[in-house]
Amino acid sequence: MRSDRLPRLLALVPYLMSHPGAEVPEVARLFGLSEKQLIDDLQLVWMCGLPGHTPGDLIDVSWDGGEITIDNADAIARPLKLGVDEASALLVALRMLDELPEFKGRDVLARVIAKLEQAAGDGAATVSSQVQVEIGAAPDAHAVITDATRRGRRLSLRYYVPGRDEVTPREVDPLRVVLVDGRHYLEGWCYRAEAMRMFRLDRILEVEVLDVPADPPAEAEPMDVAEGVFRPSDSDELVELELTPAGRWVAEYYPCEEVAELGEGRLRVSLRARDQSWLVRLALRLGDSGRVLTPASLADRVAATAKEALANYDSVS
Amino acid sequence: MSRRKTERLLNLVICLLATHRPLSAEQIRQAVPGYDPDNDEAFQRMFERDKNELREIGIPIEVHKDPWEDDPGYRIVRQAYELPEITLEPDEAAVIGLAAQVWQRASLAEAASGALLKLQAGGVRTDLAESPLELRVDTRDPAFPALWEAVRDRRPVTFPYRSAGSESVLTRVIEPWGVVSRRGRWYVVGHDRDRDDVRVFRLSRITGPVTSVGRPGTVTVPEGVDLRSMVGFQELPSERTALVRIRQGSCQGLRHAAQAVRTGTDGWDEAEVAFADPERLAGWIASLGPDAKVIDPPDAREAVIRRLKGALQ
Repeated sequence: MRSDRLPRLLALVPYLMSHPGAEVPEVARLFGLSEKQLIDDLQLVWMCGLPGHTPGDLIDVSWDGGEITIDNADAIARPLKLGVDEASALLVALRMLDELPEFKGRDVLARVIAKLEQAAGDGAATVSSQVQVEIGAAPDAHAVITDATRRGRRLSLRYYVPGRDEVTPREVDPLRVVLVDGRHYLEGWCYRAEAMRMFRLDRILEVEVLDVPADPPAEAEPMDVAEGVFRPSDSDELVELELTPAGRWVAEYYPCEEVAELGEGRLRVSLRARDQSWLVRLALRLGDSGRVLTPASLADRVAATAKEALANYDSVS
Repeated sequence: MSRRKTERLLNLVICLLATHRPLSAEQIRQAVPGYDPDNDEAFQRMFERDKNELREIGIPIEVHKDPWEDDPGYRIVRQAYELPEITLEPDEAAVIGLAAQVWQRASLAEAASGALLKLQAGGVRTDLAESPLELRVDTRDPAFPALWEAVRDRRPVTFPYRSAGSESVLTRVIEPWGVVSRRGRWYVVGHDRDRDDVRVFRLSRITGPVTSVGRPGTVTVPEGVDLRSMVGFQELPSERTALVRIRQGSCQGLRHAAQAVRTGTDGWDEAEVAFADPERLAGWIASLGPDAKVIDPPDAREAVIRRLKGALQ
């Protein structure tokens, strides 16, 4: 059994007290349980109660017909107060939301923070001011795009793709506006790619809200951003680089499949990229702080491109 | 935790909440099923463990030591236990829902969802209003949980750390003042004991475990300290201007960022680009390969040539 069962029961009982007639499936979902696990919890609660433990002392629970009723549980009718970690987790997140244009000029966050701080006590207020998430200014387009997403309007974008160094026009049916890894993205169905795409807001050069309702196809499903936005696929080429201490930032900025320390601060990393030209750019940027180990074809291409670029400097300008 | 133990602990909580007078250990042994009635030592051990477990999940057990009684008494004071009444307006409930989902899959996920459940159990409606916003903050750095606890408990810590661009890993001892996420990266700010000065450390450069080296409450955070301004690396104002030749039809990003672009007649255009650090500019221009070439100033031009030569090997 999971060791968080007691805290769960101490929330479950008050929940059922304040939601008489709540249904088994709905409560199970809320508490992250299967229906069988929930019934098992209810059976356990039913065995507990006031000292004496005569039938009149025990908590009375029934779930006939799937509707849960509970009685005789006054001692634990209120949930346990918020722990410092619990209240702080919410408070840190609420303070972060304050930076979104969405909440500009609204006092709702201040009201909630005040209520939570009051409910949680001093500890949480202090911790939550020592843990801060700065999300930085959202680009101007954020408010326009969020509003269009809410209203379900199609967008017309001019979008910069640094990997290919090109600006392309796109028509997009917006699904969500996502903040992940400290950056804002528009996620939507791109008619140019005929697929779901994430657009970094600071790379949207122009945005226009079209007088067309968004009508994404049925297969337009938001992606799971838990592992980050940039997720190379297994079919992308695997590349090995050797980095000096000055080039270690690569391992921090891009998701690497393998990172091996080579001593004296040097690293060997392997990563996947859809686009070889992106890798060439990366290698040129690194100069002598990075070196392509494999594939040899990429190493050759980097050297050839560097040579070509250097030729520019030989000629008289 | 066994079912029997959960039952015993739940009964113990109910017993200690329901009593008005503090109860002695012996009274609790009689009142709560599951304690050993015969073996005193086994009961004492079990009771100690149970009290600790309840305290660990945040249940405040009060201990009374009366001078005229031999044994201490125990109870849970309702006001100290219960979540106070809290009512939220619909717009307030919606933002709590939004805030709780921020940590999904991060190390604070459990704390956030636990808080949400308690609020809902207390009768607060926190239905997620349809929001087009999806907000995620990750805490993938292995050092995060230990540093969160160190900041919370005000304890000094030590960890192995590799500074940016450094060849070696050094052991640092700091009094942490706070942790800050900036542009998706976590930093810890604190007083570095060996250097006797304020230092900022990036969590991704901590190369091993974070361990406490002092008692809780022994770190004092200076009044009015501004964590964010300490973490914000000083962006130098871009006061210098570089002249860059760019091939026509290429360098879209640079064209967009440039202060001015003059169309040329020989297949090349000329762009004026503001910059602060010639090395950073050189990294960018070098990445554009044969499509861009710095004309001026000489230090930026030399920096690009150096990078390109470095990439040749």
